[in-house]
Amino acid sequence: MDIPVDIRLEMYDGMVRARYFEQRAHDLFMQGLVKGTTHLGLGQEAVAAGFAVAMRPGDMSYCTYRGHNHTLLRGAPMDALMGELMGRSNGICEGKGGSMHLTDISKGAMGSYAIVGAHLPVAAGAAWAAQLRGTDQVSVCFFGDGTTNIGAFHEAVNIAAVWDLPVIFVCENNLYMEYTAISEVIAVDHPAADRAAAYGLEGIIVDGNDADAVYEAAVAAYERARAGDGPSLIEALTYRHKGHSRADPGKYRPDEEVEEWLKRDPIDIYRERLLSLGVTEEILNEIEAKALAEVDAATEASKNAPPPDTAVLLTDVWADGGSSWRN
Amino acid sequence: MAELSYRDAVARGLAQEMERDERVVLIGEDVAKAGGVFKTTVGLYERFGPRRVRDTPISEEAITGMIMGAAMNGLRPVGELMFSDFLATCWDIVTNQIAKTRYMTGGQVELPLVIRTANGGGARFGGQHSQSLENWAMAVPGLKVVAPATPADVIGLMAAAIRDPDPVIVFEHKGLFANKDEVPDGEIVDTLGTARVLRRGDDVTIVALAAMVHTALDAARILGGLGISAEVIDLRSLVPLDTTTLLDSVAKTTRLATVEENPRLVGWGAEISSLVAEEAFWDLDGPIVRITTPHIPLPAAGELEDLAIPSVEQVVDAVKAMSG
Ligand SMILES: Cc1ncc(C[n+]2csc(CCOP(=O)(O)OP(=O)(O)O)c2C)c(N)n1
Ligand SMILES: [Mg+2]
Repeated sequence: MDIPVDIRLEMYDGMVRARYFEQRAHDLFMQGLVKGTTHLGLGQEAVAAGFAVAMRPGDMSYCTYRGHNHTLLRGAPMDALMGELMGRSNGICEGKGGSMHLTDISKGAMGSYAIVGAHLPVAAGAAWAAQLRGTDQVSVCFFGDGTTNIGAFHEAVNIAAVWDLPVIFVCENNLYMEYTAISEVIAVDHPAADRAAAYGLEGIIVDGNDADAVYEAAVAAYERARAGDGPSLIEALTYRHKGHSRADPGKYRPDEEVEEWLKRDPIDIYRERLLSLGVTEEILNEIEAKALAEVDAATEASKNAPPPDTAVLLTDVWADGGSSWRN
Repeated sequence: MAELSYRDAVARGLAQEMERDERVVLIGEDVAKAGGVFKTTVGLYERFGPRRVRDTPISEEAITGMIMGAAMNGLRPVGELMFSDFLATCWDIVTNQIAKTRYMTGGQVELPLVIRTANGGGARFGGQHSQSLENWAMAVPGLKVVAPATPADVIGLMAAAIRDPDPVIVFEHKGLFANKDEVPDGEIVDTLGTARVLRRGDDVTIVALAAMVHTALDAARILGGLGISAEVIDLRSLVPLDTTTLLDSVAKTTRLATVEENPRLVGWGAEISSLVAEEAFWDLDGPIVRITTPHIPLPAAGELEDLAIPSVEQVVDAVKAMSG
């Protein structure tokens, strides 16, 4: 596939924005300004960029607690995401969701789900609604390798296949589920692709650190979904640069493995590719500088934002805006 | 005596029982090589080996279903659910299968198993990793439920849970893992269904559980300075429930407050209140007061979460108001 340069630059821009955003989130966590927890997708940006750029407005993304990249690249405002991580009043969920629950429905970022597997059936349901309502929306669900061992994965992929739902299941295989290697808890090599046959689906494996490869797989899956040909299950091979969450140093991973993957940084790979395709250094520098400025501005805005108004504690349990359970 | 953290007490309690009884085994996500995501099972894999301490896939239904099956066939298994919130993913196994089996088989089946799980808020983890769910479990006939507040109780109640012939859920509070306290040397075995009076008082009984025990104790100290003598009861065990300690205390103080981390509706305090209203109504000199989290999911932002979970000031104010 010949990917147009503007698409390629959009993907590069997305990856760089996500990278800088999450690096800053990590720094802010270390400074105690982001509290609770963070699960960074550093190193996994190409998956987010390839799918987000291939998506249309109206398409729906469902992601996990490792969802900063996906939410940002669907177009959620960076300052409101940073504010949410920092628990400030400018947060996209008013500070009530936090890092694991970033959501921007207006942009099709349909939520970040922190119970492993929960969102696969939900994404299938959104696809079912698209099918019934006759829209041409596609629902995309991102999850990890470890998620393929929970019942909800199997239930959702099966029903989606049987009902020909316009949903794409994207397994970001980063080789680990928290501190345990996926290889220790599955009987096959590929947690998603090797299970696809059980649901009558093709086992698709892509290089998740190559934005172009991801983009091509995404486009093919969107076409299939929009043509009414049903779901796809795609396994993207990738790696998280940091630990599972928070300050996890990731010591359970062999040094050589980490080094190998750091050499295959999706952003470095893509930068070189763009240069080799004739994109100038200036253009790339400008993208990087703009992204950094955006992150700086988002950080400042969130640092300066007051803590959430205490009144929001008791809002939005019900449609009437409140949380009252008695008259 | 030696100082021990609540976190290390979990491992010590488990080790004590694994040493004593080779039928005791432990499974869960990251419990073996990593020593648990909360570092509560550190050293057990090295000490008892990969056959008895085993990492599982992310499969809560398999974890709970497997310990049920293993308990049916001669083991005394312990299964860890990393966060109590994940109970919801295996609630069928826990409630329809594990809890009901002895009864529905006319007593043929015994399930001496333990589910351990990290419970409670305060860590800014948001609505799906912060809940206090002991009252869910309390509502199901066939499940015993304990929630220790101190390192010594972690060991003693863990041992009691493992030795008990019925399924027991042990709720370990995330906010207490770092707490340290003096713990006696040697074997510690406690008794399920025993509350403990942690502070004697004459004017009001404050009943609390897990992290809220410490909130209640701090409040009682402040109330003491204000001339209000509060008795603090650590319930420790919801099922079975030590009604004697509770009713004796209320008979003496004539007033009752509960401090609960769970959202308001059907929290365990409602059961305590109804019990006292039914069995000790004439002992009471005023309405029972329940101090709970509002009926909301827990928010992530620190300022909001602190406002949601009962604080020392809230307890002091509420008890002052009822004693005034
Ligand atoms: C039902 C459930 N079980 C366990 C957890 C705890 N947990 C959070 S993330 C995680 C690992 C998930 O691994 P994977 O699916 O590979 O995703 P990754 O974190 O690598 O992106 C676990 C076990 C959870 N959130 N939900
Ligand atoms: Mg993974």
